[in-house]
Amino acid sequence: MTKPVVVLENVDMIFGEGAADQVHALKEIDLQIEQNDFISLIGPSGCGKSTLLRVVGDLIQPTSGMATINGKSARQARLDQDYGIVFQAATLYDWRTVAKNVQLPLELMHFSRTERDRRTQAMLELVELTDFAAHYPWQLSGGMQQRVAIARALSFEPSILLMDEPFGALDEMTRERLNLELLNIWRKTNTTVLFVTHSITEAVFLSTRVIVMSARPGRITADIAIDLPQPRNAETRSNVRFFELETEVREALRISEGGQESNRAPA
Amino acid sequence: MKFARLSSFKAVRYFILIVLLLALFWEAYKLLGAPGGAYLRGTVPVQADGSEPVGVLCGSVGLCEVELPVRADDRAMPHVWDIWQTIFEPPRRGSDTILLTILLRASLFTLQEAVFGFLFGGCLGFVLGVAFAHSGLLERGLLPYVVASQTVPLLAIAPMVVIWLGGSWFSVAVIAAYLTFFPVTINTLQGLRSPEPTAIELMHSYAATPWEILWKLRVPAALPYIFTALKVSATASVVGAIIGELPSGIADGLGRVILNFNQYYATGPEKLWAAILFASLTGMVFFLVISLLERLVVQRQVSDS
Repeated sequence: MTKPVVVLENVDMIFGEGAADQVHALKEIDLQIEQNDFISLIGPSGCGKSTLLRVVGDLIQPTSGMATINGKSARQARLDQDYGIVFQAATLYDWRTVAKNVQLPLELMHFSRTERDRRTQAMLELVELTDFAAHYPWQLSGGMQQRVAIARALSFEPSILLMDEPFGALDEMTRERLNLELLNIWRKTNTTVLFVTHSITEAVFLSTRVIVMSARPGRITADIAIDLPQPRNAETRSNVRFFELETEVREALRISEGGQESNRAPA
Repeated sequence: MKFARLSSFKAVRYFILIVLLLALFWEAYKLLGAPGGAYLRGTVPVQADGSEPVGVLCGSVGLCEVELPVRADDRAMPHVWDIWQTIFEPPRRGSDTILLTILLRASLFTLQEAVFGFLFGGCLGFVLGVAFAHSGLLERGLLPYVVASQTVPLLAIAPMVVIWLGGSWFSVAVIAAYLTFFPVTINTLQGLRSPEPTAIELMHSYAATPWEILWKLRVPAALPYIFTALKVSATASVVGAIIGELPSGIADGLGRVILNFNQYYATGPEKLWAAILFASLTGMVFFLVISLLERLVVQRQVSDS
């Protein structure tokens, strides 16, 4: 294995430290992500999985501990534009066409006009939205908007793709189709993905590793390798091993929640 | 572009329709008045000279002397056609210049002052909005004064501006700017703050500088808000310019025209009404220009249902 892409060492994140209502969002997080990993973070609401994603992306700074990305500080990695981010809301800019939205990071990174156009074209082909280049975001469906957001995140070939429940607001059918598309893109682009989700099925289907977290304080309680064969496709979902892994993740989630509310009756 | 043209044609059509309806309403109201204009038709008891029989309503159901909220006589409310006619006649004996020419010249003059005031005020308002959006300290420190400035009546400010800057069109523009900058400041501030936190995080993830975040995200997001304010300001700047002309002693604008016709209202009420008509038309023309500009600049959802 080459050196890890993400290394988190003893990361703690406390919001409103010292105040009566301080929140211990992350506690003693140690995590290594290797090149080409597809890591899902899963856990109950408020377990700090989105916070963890933001620490990796240097959108917030941890109270203590170290985040090292590609051998540098998270801040340096952000300034070097190592991250592509996709949020639950597509967060497209309404006043820009689809193509212009995909180009936004390229403009900020001072790519030449021809290079911008070439990459935008390639990205729209990748997410199969070539015909919609001149449309405005509000003319697209939710699923299409999210595909634009993915194209935008990948346009500058970041080494890490951070995805915060990107398909959380979509219907089941769209979500399953986009899961397949995302895996395709991941294979084609050799990116490392950190993926936050609420869905056990989605986590198992997409990931090479599923990290299970518990809430208050947010800790990592299980790290489950997903040894399903690659490339995954619609049949993967009916694989016996798929169900076993789903059960394993569900069990880990139950234990992580049980540890925190010990008076709850066993399921 | 096709949408923009189509709907501005529509807007003009609606505008003409509404003007016609207003004229109709005006004349209908006049019809309600009994001769003399003070009372509702049919509720006049007996005319002093006996020229009018006892009102129907007064005679039958005893509904007598119902006063109209506004007198409907030709002095308080001249006929629409009289106002229209007076526009095409010279307002002064011994002069060939018809009122239309005088009003058009005055309107254009006032519009010029208003446009300058609008530009001053718009720029000032935008800069203040940007400053407040970026510094909570500035906002807390200065915003109360900006708000307070708007509670001082324009009529009190205008003469002082004239004393400071002299009675020139420049003073008038400054007075117009005084009315213009406030809505722009408030809406710019609100608009710059309108992007979702994730939209800003996205910019951070691209390592965008504050300057880039301002011009690529905050300002485009604020444009619909800013244009709403600019439309308010466009009409306000005309009002500001008219009021500003009075203490400045400027004789070429609508301010003086309105003042003159006000003085001679008793002998020619139509003229003042014509002047008022042109003053509001001036404001509307400015408003329309800004609306058209908005359509060109702001890309917004077209709900073509």
